[in-house]
Amino acid sequence: MTAFRELSQHILDIFENSATAGAGLVRLVIREDFEADRLSIVIEDDGHGMDAQMLARLSDPWVTTRTTRNVGLGIPFFKQAAEMCGGSFEIQSQVNHGTVIRADFQHSHIDRPPLGDLIATLGCMIVGYPDVAIAYSHTVDDREFSFDTRKIREVLGDAVPLSDPEVLAFLHGMLEEGECDLRGKSS
Amino acid sequence: MKSLEELQKIKERALKRRQLGAEGARARVTVAMGTCGIAAGARDTMKAVLDEIEKRQITDVVVTQTGCLGLCEYEPIVLVQVGDAEAVTYGKIDPSRVPTLIEKHLLNNAPVEEWQVKTGK
Repeated sequence: MTAFRELSQHILDIFENSATAGAGLVRLVIREDFEADRLSIVIEDDGHGMDAQMLARLSDPWVTTRTTRNVGLGIPFFKQAAEMCGGSFEIQSQVNHGTVIRADFQHSHIDRPPLGDLIATLGCMIVGYPDVAIAYSHTVDDREFSFDTRKIREVLGDAVPLSDPEVLAFLHGMLEEGECDLRGKSS
Repeated sequence: MKSLEELQKIKERALKRRQLGAEGARARVTVAMGTCGIAAGARDTMKAVLDEIEKRQITDVVVTQTGCLGLCEYEPIVLVQVGDAEAVTYGKIDPSRVPTLIEKHLLNNAPVEEWQVKTGK
């Protein structure tokens, strides 16, 4: 059993690692393909990355020491979730270039956790680390919702924070509209 | 679709509000979002904080998140820092406690004693 009930909690957890690794840009790509019965989640950052030794240790959570706190239980949890659900998990990393995590699931697998509250996760990602840009894409069959916080930042400039109440309402509306349209519901 | 033109108007209004009020942020709210925090519900706590800020139109507070603070058994943890005062660490802040915390500490500068985590400094 893992500690999370939703895949979107895993996403937020991995994002936290990216932010801690000094990422300036995090790409999150979610693809749902009902015909092929696959769900894939890719999280790619340009943070300081990990060397081969650290990568090898990631698969064993109990080897992690307190000085490497940013690679605690989160990655083994995510890996386990994917592998339990007819899927696979892959992590690639290069020192000074960043890290890519790919998790793949059988969409209809009975044990697959739901994506869950993606809007809450995206909200945290956007607001929680103002210096980390997010490029997001979510595809459901042939529909896509995407946004890039660099475009939002371009309009707002540096003087208006993302946690301004009116900006929050805007972001909230944008996320709800986008995710709703993906499911073919009118917002 | 929400348009960037709309965002441009929001920006102008936000800048105007900022000119009217005191410059810069008066306070900071930080939600711990390590694996332990997320497992304990920190994401929903953050959501409640943002909802409250949106609802009460609080414009002078910066909201951020941080990793594990080594106090995992007290998660979800929220830090509130007002003005020049030292940040106060609050433990077990589930979404239901957020409105009270914002109202008391953030808006009325009255820290909530019973929810504080004493870190033994």
